[in-house]
Amino acid sequence: MTAPLLKVENLRIELTTRDGVAPVIDDLSFELGAGESISFVGESGCGKSMTALGIMGLLPEKVGRVASGSINFAGEELSTATEKRMREIRGNDISMIFQEPMTSLNPVYTVGEQIAEVLRAHQNLSKAAAWASAIELLDAVRIPNAQRRVSDYPFQMSGGQRQRVMIAIALACKPKILIADEPTTALDVTIQAQIFDLLNDMKRQTGAAIIMITHDMGAVAEMAERMIVMYAGRNAEQGPVEQIIERPRHPYSKGLIACVPHIMATLTEERRELTEVAGIVPSLREFGKNRCLFASRCNMVTQKCLDKRPPEVAFEGQQMSACWHAEAV
Amino acid sequence: MASLQSLMMRILYAAILLIAVLVLNFSMMHMAPGDVADTISQSMGGADQELLDQIRADYGLDQPFLVQMGRYIGNVLQFDLGYSFFYNKPVTELILQRLPATLLLVFVAQILALFIGVILGVISARKPNGIASHFVTILALFGYSAPVFWTGILLLIGFSLKIQLFPVAGMRDVTIEGGFWVHFIDVARHMVLPVITLGSIFLALYSRLSRATMMEVLGSDYVRTAKAKGLTERQVVYKHALKNSLSPVITLAGLQFSAVISGAVLVEAVFSWPGLGTLAFQSIIARDTPTILGILFFSALVVIVGNLLTDLALRLVDPRVRSKG
Repeated sequence: MTAPLLKVENLRIELTTRDGVAPVIDDLSFELGAGESISFVGESGCGKSMTALGIMGLLPEKVGRVASGSINFAGEELSTATEKRMREIRGNDISMIFQEPMTSLNPVYTVGEQIAEVLRAHQNLSKAAAWASAIELLDAVRIPNAQRRVSDYPFQMSGGQRQRVMIAIALACKPKILIADEPTTALDVTIQAQIFDLLNDMKRQTGAAIIMITHDMGAVAEMAERMIVMYAGRNAEQGPVEQIIERPRHPYSKGLIACVPHIMATLTEERRELTEVAGIVPSLREFGKNRCLFASRCNMVTQKCLDKRPPEVAFEGQQMSACWHAEAV
Repeated sequence: MASLQSLMMRILYAAILLIAVLVLNFSMMHMAPGDVADTISQSMGGADQELLDQIRADYGLDQPFLVQMGRYIGNVLQFDLGYSFFYNKPVTELILQRLPATLLLVFVAQILALFIGVILGVISARKPNGIASHFVTILALFGYSAPVFWTGILLLIGFSLKIQLFPVAGMRDVTIEGGFWVHFIDVARHMVLPVITLGSIFLALYSRLSRATMMEVLGSDYVRTAKAKGLTERQVVYKHALKNSLSPVITLAGLQFSAVISGAVLVEAVFSWPGLGTLAFQSIIARDTPTILGILFFSALVVIVGNLLTDLALRLVDPRVRSKG
């Protein structure tokens, strides 16, 4: 087996808050192969976006930092790389699209300028060549009449179109990894499907690996080969998507899957009652404690869960679960 | 072109506004006690009622209010602002003589305050706890609280009397001879203190506002996008953030235009700057109604033109304004 493109090991990211230092990412490890797509799942506040920002080197200044562990990209350590080196990587080798297409583009520059800019930053293209590429890219992300729309400002485009522009910017330099942070959350359902199709097509064309961050299990099933379920900054469960959906080994993944109606219906041909995962994600103050952080919401909780943090238990087919009762789930 | 059309509409509105200003000015002046006849009789050393009536008839002051106002507005539209009996000159000539000095002072102070204010704002927004940031806070406190005439006199004492760096008063030294550049430097030297005095209030205002908007913009999603593109810090701040943070500052600068002009009256009085402010001050004391009306008209004109320029600047900065018209 060749070395993975991205290898994250025992990553710990700390945020300095008013209440002190909290580990928003606590001992996270995963691997991403070239051209693979992986999905991070979990509720808001579970550290999915922090992982992405950590990889990009864009943690909030003076507030967030990689405390320990390593982020290895193609043999190069990113957590200790210089800002200059990170700039060369960002937008070029690793790029990112965000949740809010309405506000992620700069309102005072044309979309063409914003696409051309990333090309000029990384590929030393002339102004004219970058502009021509911008038109090609707009065409590639299926914006009709790209020749004319390239001079449009973001406010002249719909949310879906803006997200297409964001994808064009992200893929302009043919990155090896594309991080998509809830790319469709702000869009309506029909547009969501189109964006997923587009991402899948672009992935095929450019061979980019995709890290997809979402809380939508449906999106996971559509987009990813493997998934990582995160809870309170920790890895709850990891493994191939279909395997986890079929046989989750963590009560939290099970709860998340039970929240989605159509996955259960298509995979098991039976329609169960929709359930919810009762309760909320613990506050940052709870993060980092030596116990299972999901215990307060878990129906299988025992004294052991409250006393000690569960280790990651490996199952067949590269599935892994951090639960004391993984066998029983 | 939609934008050209909307610009023409703006100019039309401005013209209507200007006529409204004329009506208002004239009405207010008419309501105030005393008129030109009093001024003339004073300069003649007094007159009896008969002569006063004679003068009023000569200048049409016995006509009904509306007739007088109509005649005045008609004249103004032909660039005739009347005749100053105090200065013995047509008001238009009088004002045009003084206007350049005021415009020079006002524009230089305004533009410098904007420019430096924005730069200070950007620097302090990038390091909210840095030295520059504290400097802006102190500067703003000073600019808000110190009255213009006080700052002016303090500067005069400091830099004209104690350390004789700059001239005490006026706009140029009549004894100086030489080419264009000699005079240019002379005027510039005279301008330093008045410009600092007038600009300080607005500098405080603009640096505070641009610091606030810049901090907001730096936290926005598109700045994060710009960083994620791998752009340099400089590109992120000066290309992506700055242009977005300018709109509120330009809007404020436009609104402040009238304040700059009223501030100029005080500054001119302190530094004997030969501009409209000094003229206004003198003609109010002398009850020179036509001149006061003329100055009011011209300051309204300058404010309206200033607002038009603000609109144009906003169009340049923000494409969304361009399309809405």
